[in-house]
Amino acid sequence: MDLKEKVESIGAVDVMACVQCGLCSGSCPVRFTMDISPTQVIRLIQLEVIEEIFSSNTFLTCSTCFSCQIICPRKISVTKIMEALRQIILRKGQDLINVGGIPGEELRKLPPIALVSNFRKTTA
Amino acid sequence: MIKVPYYPGCTLKTTAQNYEVSGLAVARKLGIELIELPSWNCCGVFPSLANDDLMRHIAPIRNLIRVKKMIENGIIEDQYRFVTLCSMCYHTLKEANLFIKDEEKLKKLNTFLEEEYKGEIEPLPFLKLLQVEVGFEKISEEVRKPLKGLKVAPYYGCLLLRPREIGIDNPESPSILEQLLSVLGADVVENPNKTQCCGSYHTVNNKSIVVRLTYDNLIYAIKNGAEVIAVGCPLCAFNLDHYQVEVKKIHFDFKIVPIVYYTQLMAIALGLGKESSGLELGLNYVDPIPVLKRFL
Repeated sequence: MDLKEKVESIGAVDVMACVQCGLCSGSCPVRFTMDISPTQVIRLIQLEVIEEIFSSNTFLTCSTCFSCQIICPRKISVTKIMEALRQIILRKGQDLINVGGIPGEELRKLPPIALVSNFRKTTA
Repeated sequence: MIKVPYYPGCTLKTTAQNYEVSGLAVARKLGIELIELPSWNCCGVFPSLANDDLMRHIAPIRNLIRVKKMIENGIIEDQYRFVTLCSMCYHTLKEANLFIKDEEKLKKLNTFLEEEYKGEIEPLPFLKLLQVEVGFEKISEEVRKPLKGLKVAPYYGCLLLRPREIGIDNPESPSILEQLLSVLGADVVENPNKTQCCGSYHTVNNKSIVVRLTYDNLIYAIKNGAEVIAVGCPLCAFNLDHYQVEVKKIHFDFKIVPIVYYTQLMAIALGLGKESSGLELGLNYVDPIPVLKRFL
């Protein structure tokens, strides 16, 4: 299965429906710290340029706020595309965070929902 | 008293005890008894967005089944709905319910569950319950200490509003919190970034994102004169509150502002006393008491 098919099957999205208008990137609150924009990531999926996608931090930076999803004129769930990319890495058994490296003091201070949601997004 | 099942979630028992204390007190005052689900489990925060990941919907569905059992056992009469205070719990439970609208998925999921579930239980955020069940007009009649002259800016965050099928108000320009705050007598000030993300789970391992977003989300409200920010999500509350010290290291002239739950402002306005407001539990980084003491 190629990347586009994988993303479409995990995310239940139609990647080819994207017309590259850029609204998702414009609405993204964490775009400032992404290597490449969500719009570019979608284009790279369409073109099967796999390496550039997975060497970027874009899908790891997505905070799942759904701003892109409600603004997309093509009704594409960009959030789900980002989730699918994350899942492709996580399903290889690679963690994206070193849980053991979080100091005990931090663990006591942080709200449980912060930890659980983080581990959901970053551990295999 | 109407009895409504209530799902607290883990954070309401730890860093957001002030939300629970004030929420329960406010509900009681308005004639709603929130009955905690017996032996509830973690909702699993952040629903899985993968189409093929059924496993992760089991935790929230188990809680929905507990509500069903409460109804079956006669602990509560009716109506196939229950309340959460935490926005993230609401979002996760609701998403699980939407996920199993697909019959095939529901069938498969039921093979993993001890009891059959058909999607009949609806989660409802407390804020929405106040609007539809109690009505803001009724709340205005109950106000004993109007928050006159208190400049409050609302902050919604993401999960109560987006995506559309889960949101409880217009996702781009919501007003439910403003309506409630004005009913309490507060002076509502505009916060243009009220629906922007707080940085969410990046608070664990990507703190610079949260610092930047904390600044973005508060600065315009502060410039508009906000003395306090009203929120409804325990993670937004934590991030907006605890990261202001980091913001101040970058923006020296940043004026810190206390973050409170809307239920805490309600407890004060309804005259329920200091204890019910949860203000003295010491859970805030920026202490809201100096700003609010004139109403206590």
